[in-house]
Amino acid sequence: MKAVVIGCGRVGSAVAKGLLAAGWDVTAVDENEDALVRLGPSWKGGFVVGHGMDFTVLERAAIAEADAAVVSTNGDNTNLVIGQVLQKRYDIPCVVVRVLDPARAEFYAIRGMRTVCPTETAISVLLETVRETTPVPEVAS
Amino acid sequence: MYVVVAGGGKVGANSTRTLLEMGHEVTLVEQRPDRFARLEEEFGPVVMRGDATEISVLERAGIARPPELLLAVTGDDEDNLVISQIGKEGYGVPKAIARVNDPRNQPHFDLLGITQTVCATTSILGLVEHEVPEHGLVELLTLQREGLAIVEVQIESHSPAVGTRVAGLSLPKGSRLISVFRHGRTELVEPGTVMRPGDQVLAVVPHGAGMDLRRVLLGARK
Repeated sequence: MKAVVIGCGRVGSAVAKGLLAAGWDVTAVDENEDALVRLGPSWKGGFVVGHGMDFTVLERAAIAEADAAVVSTNGDNTNLVIGQVLQKRYDIPCVVVRVLDPARAEFYAIRGMRTVCPTETAISVLLETVRETTPVPEVAS
Repeated sequence: MYVVVAGGGKVGANSTRTLLEMGHEVTLVEQRPDRFARLEEEFGPVVMRGDATEISVLERAGIARPPELLLAVTGDDEDNLVISQIGKEGYGVPKAIARVNDPRNQPHFDLLGITQTVCATTSILGLVEHEVPEHGLVELLTLQREGLAIVEVQIESHSPAVGTRVAGLSLPKGSRLISVFRHGRTELVEPGTVMRPGDQVLAVVPHGAGMDLRRVLLGARK
């Protein structure tokens, strides 16, 4: 199975390494060459330098053959646009897009995108942790 | 008419000024504090500070009314695309015009259904082509939604169409010759109009059929 990870920052690089370890054929894409460092010295996957909005870059990453794509650059709107292009133009069965803004993540999720919102996750984990570790305050009636 | 303008650079600020002068109601959204301060000095409460790609900001700008027109004219193509999509798909804005900063992003706008776009680079290059007659076929206007283009073709002495009546030309499907400019005058094309060297022909063609039209009128490209 082939996966392309667009945006190789803290999140993207970890996802790329995780997929490779799970036996996927992985190509990572990042605008910045230095992002390769995050993948570590023993990186066995592919790496393409360039912007995910650029068709030639996507095609160098052999995007058309991908079974899955993870879009995690540092821009919500860039991710949303690239994610839609991957769905509509390349017909990739699984496209997952990182969106920090909960409202935009929901807006596009309703319209059929697989959006992942780390902000939303952080909010629920924080709330849950506080609830679990602190006795429920008594509510004056 | 109510208009929301996203992005207060040169395009957004000048559009806002003109729309206000025309008597329209406008809200201009600008994110950068320095720009916002300058715009607020000129436009007062018409300007709102915020990131127009955030749904709550757009809502404060009145996107839910909805405006008759949304101009997504920031300096960032992804932002313009997302603003247009939120306006059209989320709030039923009837007309959104998006600015394309980098012409290489045009296919993304087309693919994602944002059909009304303006790209300064493409417009300037179109004008350049218009000034180079030997190019043969010049695209004057693209009608994205209709899937048509208005083109101009310069007939040369060796063109295969010379001496042929328009009714006898096998034009590409869906295309039509509109007018001929010759000897300083424009004539509407009739079935009996005969093509002559030096004619400047205006035609309407479906997208992608420009080169077929060129072949019929001017022959294969040298």
